[in-house]
Amino acid sequence: MNILLNGEGRETHAATLAELLAEQGFGPKVATARNGDFVPAGLRAATALADGDQIEVVAPMQGG
Amino acid sequence: MPVFYDIEVGSALMLGTAQYPSPAVLAEAFRAARPGIATVSLRREQGGGQDFWGLVQGLGAKILPNTAGCHSVKEAVTTAHMARELFNTRWIKLEVIGHTDTLQPDVFALVEAARILTDDGFEVFPYCTEDLTVCGRLVDVGCRVLMPWGAPIGSGLGINNAWGLRALRAHFPDLPLVVDAGIGLPSHAAEAMEMGYDAVLLNTAVAKAGDSAGMARAMALAVEAGRAAFLADPMEPRDMAAPSTPVIGKAFLA
Repeated sequence: MNILLNGEGRETHAATLAELLAEQGFGPKVATARNGDFVPAGLRAATALADGDQIEVVAPMQGG
Repeated sequence: MPVFYDIEVGSALMLGTAQYPSPAVLAEAFRAARPGIATVSLRREQGGGQDFWGLVQGLGAKILPNTAGCHSVKEAVTTAHMARELFNTRWIKLEVIGHTDTLQPDVFALVEAARILTDDGFEVFPYCTEDLTVCGRLVDVGCRVLMPWGAPIGSGLGINNAWGLRALRAHFPDLPLVVDAGIGLPSHAAEAMEMGYDAVLLNTAVAKAGDSAGMARAMALAVEAGRAAFLADPMEPRDMAAPSTPVIGKAFLA
């Protein structure tokens, strides 16, 4: 399955968003969105991925 | 000290965390100024986010995440939800940018996003203009603090519309008001506080100074001086001179 992860094409075997985060080695302090919609941490394991999904994984960063 | 959504913060200085030459300089600036609030953002995780989170937790300031760079209601609302989960706070500095060169807020989208977020339990700090009607709409949808710009973000031009900001202060005498953006010098920060603003939010002026910690301290002193001056009920300016030394009793020497 091919997805867009933070704007970059990725091939993944992960079935869910939670599996994708583990597979890609993200740290614990991240927030997620799928196709423009927020996915709370508690729903990641139940969020199935589909071919062509756009996944955003964000973390705390410098800001003004 | 200013109170935002029933929370009193320790200083009227709100300081951004972006654009410092290094994390060490950022931490030093925060130690020098002891701001009450630190603004932060969310960005795509590329490995630095976990370390930055550790740094931010040690700054000793309350965290105010922003929606910087968002250009639509949908983007801003989704970003706010991610920020609430990540930073475990209902506070959100709501930015919906409408114009690329000036970074002026899209005030129509801002009001709509503020309404949606307030209804969803957020406590919104809207980055807005000083327009009385826009600010009234923001209050109508539930904002209990307003953050009008002093000048465009990162410009350092200071208080561009002093009349407008004074009018806003007079129009909302009891609402916490923050001058956000455009502050370049301590005199700008003091000017905002002398007008009766409750706080100032700045970033670039400190981050891009040759000595960030030195400028951070200068800003903290200016904010404190400006607030003290406002509370001390300043004199009214006048056009003509008025001798301060008594005229009566002067020796006749001509």
